[in-house]
Amino acid sequence: MSRPQLELVCPAGTPAAFRAAIDAGAHTVYCGFNDETNARNFPGLNFSADELATSIAYAHKKGAHALVAINTFPRAGAVELWHRRVDDAARLRADAVILADIGLLDYASKKHPDLRLHLSVQAAAANADAIRFYAKAFGVKRVVLPRVLTVQEIAAVNRDIEIETEVFIFGGLCVMAEGRCSLSSYATGKSPNMNGACSPASHVEYREEDGDLVSRLGGFAIHRVHAGEAAPYPTLCKGCFEAGDYKGHVFEDPSSLDAAELIPQLAEAGVTALKIEGRQRSRSYTESVVRNFRKAVDDYAAGRPVVAGALRGLTEGQTTTAGSYRKTWR
Amino acid sequence: MWNAKDIPLFPAAGAAVLRFAPLTPLSMAGAHLVKTLVQRHPSLFSRLGEQAEKTFLIDPTDLPFAFRLQPHGEAPSLEAVRREDAGFWDARIGGPLAALLGLVHGVYDGDALFFSRDLVIEGDTEAVLALRNAIDNEEIDLASEVAALFGPLEHVASAPARRVSSLVGAWFGVALTREDESHA
Repeated sequence: MSRPQLELVCPAGTPAAFRAAIDAGAHTVYCGFNDETNARNFPGLNFSADELATSIAYAHKKGAHALVAINTFPRAGAVELWHRRVDDAARLRADAVILADIGLLDYASKKHPDLRLHLSVQAAAANADAIRFYAKAFGVKRVVLPRVLTVQEIAAVNRDIEIETEVFIFGGLCVMAEGRCSLSSYATGKSPNMNGACSPASHVEYREEDGDLVSRLGGFAIHRVHAGEAAPYPTLCKGCFEAGDYKGHVFEDPSSLDAAELIPQLAEAGVTALKIEGRQRSRSYTESVVRNFRKAVDDYAAGRPVVAGALRGLTEGQTTTAGSYRKTWR
Repeated sequence: MWNAKDIPLFPAAGAAVLRFAPLTPLSMAGAHLVKTLVQRHPSLFSRLGEQAEKTFLIDPTDLPFAFRLQPHGEAPSLEAVRREDAGFWDARIGGPLAALLGLVHGVYDGDALFFSRDLVIEGDTEAVLALRNAIDNEEIDLASEVAALFGPLEHVASAPARRVSSLVGAWFGVALTREDESHA
């Protein structure tokens, strides 16, 4: 029986990670400019225009694709920066741009009609009606589905739309309505959706207190982990709080997505591409995860069993979950 | 696949001996090393941006001393210091020497070491992230950087330095050089 070759879309936060992803077998690499136009705007990360030009050329030379995420929402009065970055991506021959903002989608579709548009997970388009709107209005060719749908819901969406779908397969697990979450904004005054960083490093503080690791965001203590316990990212959605008589992870446990074992079901649900999260991670992470998942999608396409769970040591909380794909969480 | 729990510690006997060793020669070598890095990796400092003005305490927790790094553009410095004499720092990165070397050589992932508590960071988190990301992008090989200290004789010193580093590193389970690159 013929099985589809799923496209592996891999993260790169630096030119070195970009090359590592390509060399490890990425079909496609996504990255962003070193400013607030992308949702991984962390210090020391991302690409200048020159670095992006070199990286895109490297991808094309190796037969791979390069996507540019311009997936934050332009601030009022500052839209020129976002427009310029769309122009830059088109000029540098990106294979597609990943956008979330309706105004930016409109700009890109009119100014660069030949530039392929992907809808970012930041747009939180989670039903067929919304996705069809983006396809019809702006010519969007692919949607990155929010991490809140089950496999059955993904199959239902795919039956009702005509464009490609891309889903997250591994990495940090955002459990909120992405692009609309303001938790980090409340604590820091910086918006993940407009400034490009959830829990910006400038507002994160770690301190060892009597052997415990205490994490603070914007002055609020959000974790206290004892010696020997795995440390989480300093995000409010995975913070440990007291609420009434309950003490624990109020929103969600600090755990990472690993849906490798669901690759067959996701393919059968009509998914075109699998996305690995982690532009903020190192070249070492990129190389390990990409190599592992390239083998997994190749094994699936060849009819071999897919081996899952080999990457737990790289994950937040040192634990993994299939997330909403199975909806077994609290 | 590496496991964070497999990170070797510097031998306790060796650390005890180093407790009484003078740090001046190490500081002199560090000063030369960081100046060479500036010349050979200018983009390291451009990627650091304004964080290059910060002071970092690089703290191998299994050694009896730490390193005070000031990657300031015009006058960078790397000084070996006793912890009690470390003075002011903006950010501290602590962990076994093998973990820190493995980070530089791309063997370990910084976030994974943080999750597993093998790496401790304190102070200015923004500065730590910038330094980690900048170093990760440069694909630095310390054996080659040490060979570069020999100036015109670098081409003679480079291959032996890497070979020795590779052999010693393999013996102790520590990444003393970058194994996945070809260095002409």
